[in-house]
Amino acid sequence: MVTDLLVLQVAAELFPNGVSRYAVGGLLVGLGAVVIYLGTGIPAGASTFLESTLSYVSDQSRFQQYVPSRDWRVVFTVGIILGATLFAATVQSGVITTSLYEPGTTGQLYEVAGVTLWLTDVQPWRLFLGGILVGIGTRVGKGCTSGHGVCGVGSASKTSIVGVVTFILVAIGTAQLVAALGVSP
Amino acid sequence: MADRHPLFMPLILVGGLIFGFGLGFSHMARPEVVLNFLQFEDFGLVFVMFGAAIVTGIAFAVMPRLRDSAPLTGDRYERRLKPFDKNVLIGGAIFGVGWGLSGICPGAAYASLGVGNVTILWALAGMFVGAYAQGVWRSRTADTAAAAPADD
Repeated sequence: MVTDLLVLQVAAELFPNGVSRYAVGGLLVGLGAVVIYLGTGIPAGASTFLESTLSYVSDQSRFQQYVPSRDWRVVFTVGIILGATLFAATVQSGVITTSLYEPGTTGQLYEVAGVTLWLTDVQPWRLFLGGILVGIGTRVGKGCTSGHGVCGVGSASKTSIVGVVTFILVAIGTAQLVAALGVSP
Repeated sequence: MADRHPLFMPLILVGGLIFGFGLGFSHMARPEVVLNFLQFEDFGLVFVMFGAAIVTGIAFAVMPRLRDSAPLTGDRYERRLKPFDKNVLIGGAIFGVGWGLSGICPGAAYASLGVGNVTILWALAGMFVGAYAQGVWRSRTADTAAAAPADD
């Protein structure tokens, strides 16, 4: 009994928002990647889109190598955006109610034409500067959270596991340092 | 490219829709949630990445045994294996600083835009700037290496 309470208390501290919404969301992310893999054999990642799309406007050899895949990568990214909009228009707007969804305390909710949308409070300079580093790092490091993290780890690729461990540890250090310096949000 | 299967693009779109819906549902499209994870305030996010990796892991393990090739492309079912070199560590570390500073990664940024977070355009603009900068630099390095006769 006492240990049960202790376990519950520790779980509540580690997972203040539970784990269900995260696990269900993760399963859907994996399912999206699997649907594409089943039909095409492609283990898709999200960040090659950055370089493949630049091939439309730049002749650099680094971008031109992605010309054969650039059209479907645009479609994949548009799908991700629309899929998230579908989430906003259904679950986030309360059209579909589920106990797994809570509006949460992060950011700002606002409404446009009956659809509940969401806006971050994180400062633009953090997003822009962080975005630049993410853009460099994902291309130099051969993958991002979806390429390495979902498809690579799912492939039990040692390269991807090393990549994921590297960026998670560095990201933890960075986020803790930024918070310790008093930057919020 | 020209003779793609007519269902190729629709399937990519459907996969993207499910992927993006999942990122919205998991709240990973919110930079605050990622930052809370990295600051040890909510560990739920590990279930997103590993939940997704388990699903893809099953497909990557099972499909090659069931079929030789994918129906829409004829491509062989293979795992995502990339060669390891020091760039994986260097790039991973740069990515980590960016992810830890902003709380956003590429897929989650697209999804974040989808849930109405127009402020994330700052991050998307940054990602294109970063990808462009490394591309120009690495194209030049590669061209120079190809043009110069290898003396050593």
